[in-house]
Amino acid sequence: MIYQGKQKIWSDYQKEIPDDHWFYVRSCIRQNFFPASEAHFVKIVKDVLGKDLYETEHHTTCGGIAYHSDTIPQETAMTIVARQFALMTEAGYKNLVASCITSFGNYTEILETWREFPELEVRIRENLWKACRREFEKPEYVCHASDVIYKLRNEIAEKATVRLVNHETGEPLRVVEHIGCHYSKMFPHKGVGGAEYPCVLSGMVESWGGKVIDYPERRHCCGFGFRQYLVKANRGYSVSNTHKKFESMEPYHPDMIITNCPGCPYFLDRWQYVIAEQTGKTYGQNGYGIPALTYEELAGLVLGYDPWDLGLQVHQVASEPLLDKLGIAYDPAKKYLGLNEKEIMKPGLPQVLKCC
Amino acid sequence: MKESVVVIGGGVAGMETAASLLSLGYAPILVEQSDHLGGHVASWHRLFPDMTSADEVIASLKARLEGASVFLGTGIQFVNRLKDGYNVMLTNGVSVLAKAIVLATGFRLFEARRKEEYGYGIYDHVITNSDLENWFRGGDDLRVPAEPAAIGFVHCVGSRDVKAGNTQCSKVCCITAIKQAIELKEKFPGAEIYCFYMDLRLFGKKYEDFYINAQRDYGIHFIRGRVSEVGERIDGRVIVKAEDTLAGKPVKVSLDLLVLMSGIVCNPEIAALTKNVTLERDEDGFLRSRDNLSGITLSPRKGIFYAGTCTGPKTVPETLAEARSAALCVHDFLQGRA
Amino acid sequence: MDFGFSLSPSSAVNLDTVDLSLFRKVEARCPDIRTCIGCGSCSATCMASAWSGMSVRQVILALQRGQLRQVEQKLSACMLCGKCTMVCPRGINTRNLILAVSREFKKEEAQ
Repeated sequence: MIYQGKQKIWSDYQKEIPDDHWFYVRSCIRQNFFPASEAHFVKIVKDVLGKDLYETEHHTTCGGIAYHSDTIPQETAMTIVARQFALMTEAGYKNLVASCITSFGNYTEILETWREFPELEVRIRENLWKACRREFEKPEYVCHASDVIYKLRNEIAEKATVRLVNHETGEPLRVVEHIGCHYSKMFPHKGVGGAEYPCVLSGMVESWGGKVIDYPERRHCCGFGFRQYLVKANRGYSVSNTHKKFESMEPYHPDMIITNCPGCPYFLDRWQYVIAEQTGKTYGQNGYGIPALTYEELAGLVLGYDPWDLGLQVHQVASEPLLDKLGIAYDPAKKYLGLNEKEIMKPGLPQVLKCC
Repeated sequence: MKESVVVIGGGVAGMETAASLLSLGYAPILVEQSDHLGGHVASWHRLFPDMTSADEVIASLKARLEGASVFLGTGIQFVNRLKDGYNVMLTNGVSVLAKAIVLATGFRLFEARRKEEYGYGIYDHVITNSDLENWFRGGDDLRVPAEPAAIGFVHCVGSRDVKAGNTQCSKVCCITAIKQAIELKEKFPGAEIYCFYMDLRLFGKKYEDFYINAQRDYGIHFIRGRVSEVGERIDGRVIVKAEDTLAGKPVKVSLDLLVLMSGIVCNPEIAALTKNVTLERDEDGFLRSRDNLSGITLSPRKGIFYAGTCTGPKTVPETLAEARSAALCVHDFLQGRA
Repeated sequence: MDFGFSLSPSSAVNLDTVDLSLFRKVEARCPDIRTCIGCGSCSATCMASAWSGMSVRQVILALQRGQLRQVEQKLSACMLCGKCTMVCPRGINTRNLILAVSREFKKEEAQ
């Protein structure tokens, strides 16, 4: 692998990311899947790095999940998005930051569609006015939250208390980066580093001391695939895609996976349990799985947040082996204590996949 | 005094044009930007369909240039239109007045790294057709392994590709892939060789026989399907994904070497050259002829002629024939017959 | 545990691991099968094709992709009429091919 070749491609896909004053829109599902990720994004950006990030309790789903699941037409999604833009305009912001990859893809696709078909934008403005008497300016910049962390990665590295290095051997951790499909496959120039060799996550990993693994099925979908999972009869396709990825990354012995999409960390995490039950195979060391983290969780870890505050206990795959490698202290007794040390119940342990 | 004609470009088209003008009694001035004559052909090893040595072709063309003025390492500063002809200013300070100019500015190979999914310049064992010819000529290339067990060819890299901005068929790559596959099979008889193609466009004399030879005598596998992506395995080999469209099934294979058949695209330097003398370009970026059927060597401008691949992809024999035709058109023009 | 769904088998052909033993044996007897261009003349003219799925083109491809069951299943409907040999533009002796494959299958059965 010739690293300089990738750098050359990255230089073709430089994305302009504003460095302050963002209007943040959350994901519908991430707070259930990875409850502390968005909270820590806000903490890191506002409290640790002192930037201006605004969010409003009035924002809703962007409609992307329904659009991609074939339950609403695009025009409906457009009107929902128009309302988000109106909230941003009312708050006096111009830089939209989406927490969700599909939202980011949805916003980008809609803006590109309006650019190609301005008459559609006019109609959506009418829809919005009829529905809720709102008007909007289009954002100057649309970014994904991982673009923001990418932009701030070196500032985070400066404040980091943990490096992505095996603290016993001194070797950099081997990290698989997985990019959500809707990040740049639709519009390669809207993603940092393009669509074939995106560097939005690999840039973070390298900045924080880890080593990125490039394996043959790097570009493959995580397995979510919306209807591939949402329709139960199709779930075999979903888990098969995930299985294909793990088979492909297995020879590299990754220490962890970093992701930037709501669905990817969920499926790369939970399907390891299902694959283990169905095939008897696990992909981490000693019967464990490979921890699949969100980039906010990873940023939180390198900045020294407590793993249980970051919500790592709600992952299916045990994160303890990773924490041990990184030399991060944690209290096993506090794993299933929630806010104010309240018991949040312990999950049952699976048969095959080893969990702590 | 003999009439001067400026021929821009010292590839096979320019060389043949200049040689023909010479034998018609003119004083051709052949201007070549690089330090040698022969263009792309000079960097090739052997040529289809008879495996002719490219060096010999260039040598025999050179021999016929005896008496022509040849400027190597020389570009064109500008071309100005005069009342009755052109003033061509060369970068070496020579100023030429000529009634006729022949553009033989040739083509560029498609920049293979732009097809990002094939990983040229990123994966260790991905090369282009031109890299392979260089290796055939004895050049070192660490990307070519000592004993490959499996080799693949990807046809149409940057050709017939709307997304890459090139709708044209490059014409010569199908037969070049077959030629190179045979040559590699001769060097590595134990290797399995796969050609991934969309269509095989084998239109020239003896090309189809070449194809049958490749299939029957060399056992080269032809898979109809465009390679969709290439990855690198942990052992450094590349893994190629395509659809075997005749079987209707996805196919994958690990290879020790992957050769990308970079296509023929227009020479971007034409733009600078035609700054003062506006010459229209076709949709494919190549120079637009007065007529694509009967006037391919004629530009829309009086006194400016085209030879070779500046108007589109061509084989060597086509280019040579066209160069002679261009010389005759110049002759007719200077004799006042056209 | 029964999840109500399971890993789906992949339809992809992996040329790294494909079983070419039968193809190698057959091509030794009739090397001209390598020159097939997949034009489909043979299948288009085949008496059995429309009812049974018999197709010499697909048999040759299946041999090259190591899909032996498909080879056997398709060829079992052949009536050896020779029409495919008449139409092949590459002059492949398809009758010879079919007999060669049958011979190999018979040998295997005998073993």
